[in-house]
This record gives sequence, C-alpha cells and structure tokens, in this order.
Amino acid sequence: MTESMEVLKAGIASGRLKTDELVLNMGPQHPSTHGVLRLELVLDGEIVVKVIPQMGYLHRCFEKHAENMTYPQVVPYTDRMDYLAGMNNNHGYVLAVERLMGIELPERVEYIRIIMAELQRIASHLVAIGTFGMDIGAFTPFLYCFRDREYILDIFERTCGARLLYNYMWVGGLSHDIYDGFLRDVADFIKKFRPTVVEVNNLLNYNKIFIERTANVGVLPADVAVSYGCSGPMLRGSGVDWDLRRDDPYSIYDRFDWKVITGDGSAGTLGDCWDRHMVRVWEMEESCKIIEQALESFPAEGDIASAIPKRIRPAKGEIYTRVENPRGELGYYLIADGSANPFRLKVRGPSFVNLSVIDEISRGHLIADLVAILGSIDIVLGEVDR
Amino acid sequence: MPKSMNEIFDYLNSLFPEAALQFDEAVPCVIVPAALIKEVALQARDDQELLFDTLMCLSGVDNADETLGAVYHLDSMTHRHKLTLKVIVPATAPHIPSVDRVWRIAEWHEREAFDLIGVIFDGNSDLRRILLPEDWEGHPLRKDYEVPEFYNGMKVPY
Repeated sequence: MTESMEVLKAGIASGRLKTDELVLNMGPQHPSTHGVLRLELVLDGEIVVKVIPQMGYLHRCFEKHAENMTYPQVVPYTDRMDYLAGMNNNHGYVLAVERLMGIELPERVEYIRIIMAELQRIASHLVAIGTFGMDIGAFTPFLYCFRDREYILDIFERTCGARLLYNYMWVGGLSHDIYDGFLRDVADFIKKFRPTVVEVNNLLNYNKIFIERTANVGVLPADVAVSYGCSGPMLRGSGVDWDLRRDDPYSIYDRFDWKVITGDGSAGTLGDCWDRHMVRVWEMEESCKIIEQALESFPAEGDIASAIPKRIRPAKGEIYTRVENPRGELGYYLIADGSANPFRLKVRGPSFVNLSVIDEISRGHLIADLVAILGSIDIVLGEVDR
Repeated sequence: MPKSMNEIFDYLNSLFPEAALQFDEAVPCVIVPAALIKEVALQARDDQELLFDTLMCLSGVDNADETLGAVYHLDSMTHRHKLTLKVIVPATAPHIPSVDRVWRIAEWHEREAFDLIGVIFDGNSDLRRILLPEDWEGHPLRKDYEVPEFYNGMKVPY
C-alpha cells in the first residue's frame, strides 16, 4: 500500500500523472439543502475549493405577480416566500403599505401583531434548530422542537384557520380577532415551552459531538458579514450587536424590555456555526419575554377592523421598509403610482442575502462541514427563489 | 452623528461638484449619473462622515418611460443614517458600473436586476442569470414584457 502511494506521489511530482479539481453537484434533491438548492462544488479531494450556488428551482417571479394584483391581494403571496415565517412576511408588507398611506393602527392590532410575530419567530427557530441537529446527525431534538412548534401552529389555527400560510395581517388591521382564551393559551404555551429549551440544550447544544461538528466551522468574521449584507442570527452570531426591532424600531417593539443576543465564540471561534445556532436558541427566550410583557399590557378593548381602509390606493410615492424576520432583515421596496396595483415591489429576502456568503466561509472545509455550514445559515428556498 | 438625507446630499455635492447630483425631494433620494456611481459609492462607504457600511437593497426598476434604473438603499450601522441613491439610464443602452467591489452583496443583487430587468452592470465579476434558467429569453419585469407561449417546446400555463 505504502509502496503504491510512493509510486503515485513520484508520478505526480515528475509530472507524468496529473491531478485535477473535481466538480460535484450537491442537490437539488440533497436532504441537507433544505429544499431545492443545487450547490456546484469544486473539490480538491474532499476539500471544498469553491461553492457555486445555483438557485431558481422554485422561482415563480413573485414581483411580477405583485404588479398584477391589488395591494391586499399581494398579502397571501408574501406568506409563500419564507413559508416558515408567514406572519413576519405579512407584517413587513402591510407595514410598507400602511406607512405609504399614513395609517394609524389601533393598539389592539399592534399588540396582536407583536404576539403573533414573536410566536412565529419561536416556531421558525424551532424548525431551524431541529433541522440543523438533524443535518449533523441528531434526530431526537428535532422531534422535541416539532412537538413544541405544534402548540404554536394550533394557536394560529384557532385564530385564523391556517397553520402555515395565514394571510392574517391585512393592510390596516387583521383578518380575525383573537378567540376567547387566546391569551391564556399563549401564556400556557410559554410555561410549557421554557423547559424545552433546557432539554434541547442538554441533549444537543452542549453535546460534545455536536460542538465538535459545529465549533470552529464556517467562521464568518464581522466585517465580511457586514459587507455581504448578512443579517439576523447570521450577523449577530458574528458578534455584531444589531437587531432591527431595536435599532430601526417598527410597530411597538420600543415599549418592551429585552436584549439583543450576540455570539460570543465560547465554544470555538467567534462567528462559527455553533455561535449562529446558539443565537437562535437564546433568541427564543427573548421572544418569550416580549410576549409575556405584551400579554401583561394587552388592551382589553379595541376593534381590529376599524383602521382597514375601504379603498387601498396609496398616492404616488415609494418606500423601503424593513422588519426583523427570524432569518434577518426582510425589506420591501414598494413603488406606488396611484393605481390599485403596486408599480414595483422588490423583496430583499434575508435567506437570499445570507446564502451569498456561503462560498466565502466554506473554502478549505470538508464536504461534511459544508452540510453544517449550510444548516447554520438556515435558508428557506421559497424566499431565496421567490 | 446621524445626518438627514438633505445634509448628506449637500455633503456629497461639495465632494463631487462636477457630478451634477440631483436631489429628489419627493422620495427622497439622490440621483447620480451612471458613470459616477462607483466613485460615489466608494466615498459613501469610506468617508468618516458617512460610513455607509451596508447595502440594504439594490433594486432594478423599469420606469415605464423608456428608462431603466437601479436604486441603492444604503444604511450606516455606525452613524445610524440612511441614503437612497438612484441611477437612471436609457432602456436602449442600460449600462451601469458595478459596485460589487464596494459591497460584496451587490454581486447577487446586480445579477438579479440583470436577470429580471435587464440592466447591465459593467464590471460585475459574474453577471449571469440568477433566478431564471440560462436559456430564458427576455426580462420579465420589463413593463413591455410578453409572457412567452412556449418554453423549450413546453406550453407555459397561465
């Protein structure tokens, strides 16, 4: 064996034998690509030299659809972009239209929106955490996460009839008021949910094998993250203290007391996969805090439909609105021309932007690490491709 | 110190006196001649008074008046101020210098604008279609775009 290796090495050194880089397709059906993403890998043996993401398998030109719809008709389409965070997508879009029209919302609507958005954030992070564990090879935490996500989806279902694609937030209001017992259900959920974080921590996050697989892998330095426009847990995992809920406040987030979680590199290097993952874990607790405070000061009276305009026709103008999605900054650039349809609606999806950095942080890693890196970026292909 | 868009415009105007920058009060945004966008972008990123470290969004727009445009939404995490830059080019020769070396994310945003609107970003290191198939014809977000009846011999529904 060693003898033949020697012969090969001599052959390579003398130029009689040639080595070449290997191009390998990962996806579009690979389970760790979380959908239909194809990564074109240039490999040197098992080491990644270059990653070229090929997207568009789910492209349906949402922006073209939007131009042919009236303003309220666009809302259900926003659900289908980041289908794990429908509420947050709705929120960003209706906020853009409301700001353009100068609509003042009733307190009650704002509170319900915040509670829904934060519940959705927890649900979305639970999927991210569970599937990330599964990518690495830990199946059980996935079941724990999905069990608790189910409670949230049940609350959504009782409120608006849908579990995944809600069309819940409308321009100026909401599609349904909350049901009797909603506040109790949410409070109960938080009580039930907190122990899960401890369980998942014990089972997965502080597990030696898990840390070995994720710490020091896919390190994203802060300056690179900013230049690539990364946002959300990707950016905060690199130690940048930036959250739009605090730094570019919208809705009523400025009334609540919570803190922005950033990575600290305690398991390896600052900005590695483990940091990004842990930002998501601790962010769920902060979401719980926001929900608890919202429940305490929840206005008992109020009409959720009182501010919904009869005719939605913003005057000529344009606006760029951004909200903090579970995955980062979700921006809507909306141009109105005075008609009933948007003139142009561009979406800046956090998954799309975060994915662009994958080539930069995967070089020199093994293929197995690439699975961890991709999982820690937490992309949703419905939004990458739109 | 955060600056208002007006102050930023005055400041940029003093740095580029010959650029004929215009301020659009209604939006508000600063309209930059296409040839100068890269210099203005670099200045906006590196100037200590401005420090626009993030390109939030880069959108291609068909203005429906024979012109195409690119809109740059910038944000400064340090100073906490924002700036909107606009470049308008004729639809017959939609060339804009690329800013992908200023903010790395611009590469993908520019590819998207090229793909869907057909703005050509000169100097972009990898200007290919990003969302549509490579052999797709036309740019769907142009206002005069007609949905093709067939794609590679397959009927396009709708």
